Amino acid sequence: MSTPEQNAPVHTAGAAEESRPSLSALLLDPSFWADWASVVGLVGLVIVFGISQPIFLSIANLQALLLAATILVVLSIGQTFVVATAGIDLSLAAAVMLGAIILGLVNAAGYGIFLACVLAVAATSAVGFLNGVLITAGKIPDFVVTLGTLSGITGLGLILSGGEPTMVGSTFLLRLASGSFGPFGYPVWVAIAAVIVAHIALYHTRFGVHLLATGGQVESAGALGIRTNRVKIAAYTISGFCAGIASLLLVARIGSAEPQINTSLLLNSVAAVVLGGVSLFGGRASILGPAIGALMLTALVNGLTLLSVSAFYQPLAVGAIVVLAALIMRYQK
Amino acid sequence: MSAVDRIPPSEAILACDGLSKHFGGIRAFTDVAFQARRGEVTAVIGDNGAGKSTLIRCLVGVHVPDAGRIFFDGRPHPFANPDEARKAGIETVHQNLALIDELTVAQNLFLNREIVRRIGPFALLDRAAMKQRARAMLSRLSINMPSVNQRVRRLSGGQRQAISICRAAGSGAKLVVMDEPTAALGVQETANVEALIRRLREQEVSVILVSHNFDQVRRLSDQIWVMRAGRMVATVRSSQTTGNELVALVTGAA
Repeated sequence: MSTPEQNAPVHTAGAAEESRPSLSALLLDPSFWADWASVVGLVGLVIVFGISQPIFLSIANLQALLLAATILVVLSIGQTFVVATAGIDLSLAAAVMLGAIILGLVNAAGYGIFLACVLAVAATSAVGFLNGVLITAGKIPDFVVTLGTLSGITGLGLILSGGEPTMVGSTFLLRLASGSFGPFGYPVWVAIAAVIVAHIALYHTRFGVHLLATGGQVESAGALGIRTNRVKIAAYTISGFCAGIASLLLVARIGSAEPQINTSLLLNSVAAVVLGGVSLFGGRASILGPAIGALMLTALVNGLTLLSVSAFYQPLAVGAIVVLAALIMRYQK
Repeated sequence: MSAVDRIPPSEAILACDGLSKHFGGIRAFTDVAFQARRGEVTAVIGDNGAGKSTLIRCLVGVHVPDAGRIFFDGRPHPFANPDEARKAGIETVHQNLALIDELTVAQNLFLNREIVRRIGPFALLDRAAMKQRARAMLSRLSINMPSVNQRVRRLSGGQRQAISICRAAGSGAKLVVMDEPTAALGVQETANVEALIRRLREQEVSVILVSHNFDQVRRLSDQIWVMRAGRMVATVRSSQTTGNELVALVTGAA
């Protein structure tokens, strides 16, 4: 065994050269802007809105903004795991609705709020698991399967609820929605916890590496003995689990379970993932990126509202930002 | 010339006899006997369609042969898939490289055999240890790599092949099987990969090499086996043959 130290100076010199280009070179490199699109976008929005409407930067507004972003942050994390495998989960927002309805019905039936929450999360996780199994065992494209489950669970939600909203008067959920610890409300802490756990899972576990390998080159990953089907099923189950958490936050926020899908949640979750620099072709992902992307989209809506821009213009602004981000992404290496 | 020298089974790292494989009505090869000596580079040559790649795939568990026996390290080996072969100590360097572009050099070297630290019920990656061992693995084979943190996407074909071979050798494999390792490489890169194969041999790793390149085979290997039209037609010591003889054996002009 030769000593690794012999070649060590060469390696370290090379590494330093590689990882430390000059600041001006960095700023001129389009891939730098692509990698940090969501951060740059968020900072840009904060500056623009902060100047044009100082209330935007008030503590109260920033707290409200964070609170409003929590559901989208949690959903974006779930979507990230799926997109990292080169898939897409179109059933995400429908799963949130199903989770909310199950929560409402179980609670209304008198089984207690904790069981209701557990069953809601279990149901959405099961939807994700089903997506994964259909995609891998059935060899059907992700897009088609999740489009199918989107419609299927929408119908299931309408059947279960009879199309009627269910009031959820739970002190537990009320406290979750309105209580706070330190500077942030509980939902914000939930989102922060989700970001930390997901970040560790993606970057510090074997599962995370296998997830990126599966998304990057599925045949190569399989040739090396990675069980790519299991990895995909796990990714969809995580996505379903995140939808369940989001449904708890949603019911806590509005106080009732409504049988309607918030389609902008689905589209914005994909948008946040794209803004976060996650490759739609799989193999490349981060958690902080999409979380900041979700914050940015929420800040955009919040700021436009404060500037009294009609709500009709907001989807237009979101769409423009997402397409712009996708254009910048082309420079990603 | 076509007589196959028998070596004692204890000297063979991998051996087979009576091996046949067909796909539907198409015979890939029939009644093949083959041996690779421990610690040597054994080459398999033959024209396109002679059955080399399918033979290799049978030996490493990708395909299951229809008839015949395979012995690895003196014992009958019933590998049903490449994973079992890998666990027994046979590593394959795939023709299509099997690297993940978006992962770093270190991540690729340790893919699916990551080093983890246990923290309570959780197993977290020990990235520092993997990077350090990745550098050691690369320097053991004198592979020049700017940084183990570099994404594989940015590397040249030769560097990628070097990493594939390093990964195969780095896991303590007894036998490394390479299918056309220099097929897509330039002159300089081919020379680098050839040097790498020599270093493997110096470290007493047995190698089976499939190649089209007769000069390369004579430079690198100790023993050459020749396939033609689905049969193993000859075997020669590399030191005792010439390029012309190999051409004659491969084309059947002898």
